Amino acid sequence: MKTVRRPGSEAGGLSAQGSGPAGYPAPAAPPRAAAGPAPRAGRGRVSWSRWQRRAAPYLFISPFFVLFAIFGLYPIAFSFYLSFHSWNAVGGLGTMTRVGLENYTFLLSDPWFWKSLWNTVVLLAISGLPQHVIAIPLAFILNSGLVRLRNLFSSSYFMPYITSTVAVSMIFTTIYGTQYGALNAALVWLEQHAGFGWLFDALKLELPVNWLGRAAYIKPAIAMLVVWRWFGWNTVLYLAGLQTIPRELYEAAMVDGAGIYQQFRWITVPLLKPIIFFAVTLTIIGNMQLFDEPYILTGGTGGTSEAGLTVALYLYRTGFEWLYMGSAAAMSWVLFLVIGIMSAVNFRLIGRGGLQRREG
Amino acid sequence: MRKVRSWPAKVLIYVLLVSMALLTAFPFYWMFVLATHDRSTIFRAPPPMWFSDDASANYARLLEAVPFWRNAWNSLYTALLATASTLFFCSLAGFGFAMYDFKGRDALFGFLLATLMIPGLLGIIPYYLIVKWLGWLNLPRALYVPGMASAFGIFLMRQYIASAVPTDLLDAGRIDGLSEFRLYRNVALPLIKPALGTLGIITFVGQWNNFMGALIVLKQREAYTLPLALRSLQGLISTDWGALMLGTALSVLPLLVAFAAGSSRIIEGLTAGAVKG
Repeated sequence: MKTVRRPGSEAGGLSAQGSGPAGYPAPAAPPRAAAGPAPRAGRGRVSWSRWQRRAAPYLFISPFFVLFAIFGLYPIAFSFYLSFHSWNAVGGLGTMTRVGLENYTFLLSDPWFWKSLWNTVVLLAISGLPQHVIAIPLAFILNSGLVRLRNLFSSSYFMPYITSTVAVSMIFTTIYGTQYGALNAALVWLEQHAGFGWLFDALKLELPVNWLGRAAYIKPAIAMLVVWRWFGWNTVLYLAGLQTIPRELYEAAMVDGAGIYQQFRWITVPLLKPIIFFAVTLTIIGNMQLFDEPYILTGGTGGTSEAGLTVALYLYRTGFEWLYMGSAAAMSWVLFLVIGIMSAVNFRLIGRGGLQRREG
Repeated sequence: MRKVRSWPAKVLIYVLLVSMALLTAFPFYWMFVLATHDRSTIFRAPPPMWFSDDASANYARLLEAVPFWRNAWNSLYTALLATASTLFFCSLAGFGFAMYDFKGRDALFGFLLATLMIPGLLGIIPYYLIVKWLGWLNLPRALYVPGMASAFGIFLMRQYIASAVPTDLLDAGRIDGLSEFRLYRNVALPLIKPALGTLGIITFVGQWNNFMGALIVLKQREAYTLPLALRSLQGLISTDWGALMLGTALSVLPLLVAFAAGSSRIIEGLTAGAVKG
């Protein structure tokens, strides 16, 4: 996709510098006015049209900044302020008392908070990783030119994304039913009729599984739903990324005798890095705030021994069910910190190439 | 890559692709099946795998339990207003960022991008308080106003406008005496219809499915949107899964139909913004 570069922008400045002979000062960039349309002197409305041309962009972008100030910046600042106070929201603002770092120290000594953080990180790992492990090869196959009906397949994988988490969580609640759920029915069939009995013995899995009632199975149940919902989205994202890799690279590799695995390993994965970084960032930010799925699957409680209690769910319960607004605000800041750290790690691991390419 | 011509490999690939598609589709199928079953046949092992004829009874009990169509209207109204306002404000701001050179532009755009990294949960408690102070509890505007000029939407629009609208065209319009807003309205807007379609769909779907925000600011049954209505059914004594699945199916159906109609274009548009970068 070609981008129309506007005159007088960074591109012009760069090339001007590059063209200067070594050791000499770069020639001065042409004056800005020359790059834009020449001022049309001699017309009656020039000053007005100039003025409005100057003011227009500020006016056009202002709604974002106004709304962000009211519903973004102010809430964030207030939640920071709130996190140092104890406040039960039922009383007015007058009932707010300053407690310093007490909310934070309480949180750090609160076993439920640590549990919810652990749950969230485990869920990120067991639901986030498979999404990408499935999506990248799937996109590779779909992009390989071997497959007909590429759009049909990618659309069908994408379908869960457009449906609400509440709706699909409801459906999965019935799928996970112990006696009457479809998943257990399928597993029982596999055990008894398809000769997979040994596998269940090896896993010590006793059928039927109480997916949403036993602590050990709640996280896998949530993770399966999250993977089901998001692998298609990632596949489509990667598919779009793959289309930017030039075909000639693969052809050259084939001439050199590279097999399909080598092509995948040495061409696709490295060149896909910017998209991988982008997709993984989205997964981290999204999954660290996982709320709808555990809320519905565990009936709003977090489930048996809080095995499905995510930070977002705990935050909601703290703030809106138990009305400890200060603690909940502190929790959101700790979560923010954790997300920041994870994003930084992600950037260190795979991000650098990604950002360079975005700018270039 | 075209080297893989062998039949076994091809068959294997298709088996994989088709089984993934079946796995994706199965929950939807199962939802429609359960929606047609009475609660007594749902609790049966093995579970029903084919349609029955109790849908109308489920429908009657669904309407008894929740004001379903009222809630559906709330969902529709909220999502439509969210979509219309988002399209206007985001395309306007995207136009501003893409087509003008102005002081502080890059810094402001960088700031806007940085806000994308802020987790939504950070402001969730004050969001509730603001809505309460404004007297917007139980009102749809509490849901659509905060996101009307979303950073994501502006980013998407800026990327598209920068590549789809030639500056020469704007200069030509200026010579013809069009105001800057007219340039946006009459010159740019017609050129960016595909991107508008994409952003519109994302916004509509996002708002239609918004759960946490609705859970926080909508307290009355009459004001509920569909996700809340469904969730309120879950709490009833021994959940009536037949009625609940029918309600779920009715809330998902419009999106499925719309998606089936325009899926390839939706996907194209969605990924364009992410990759063009």
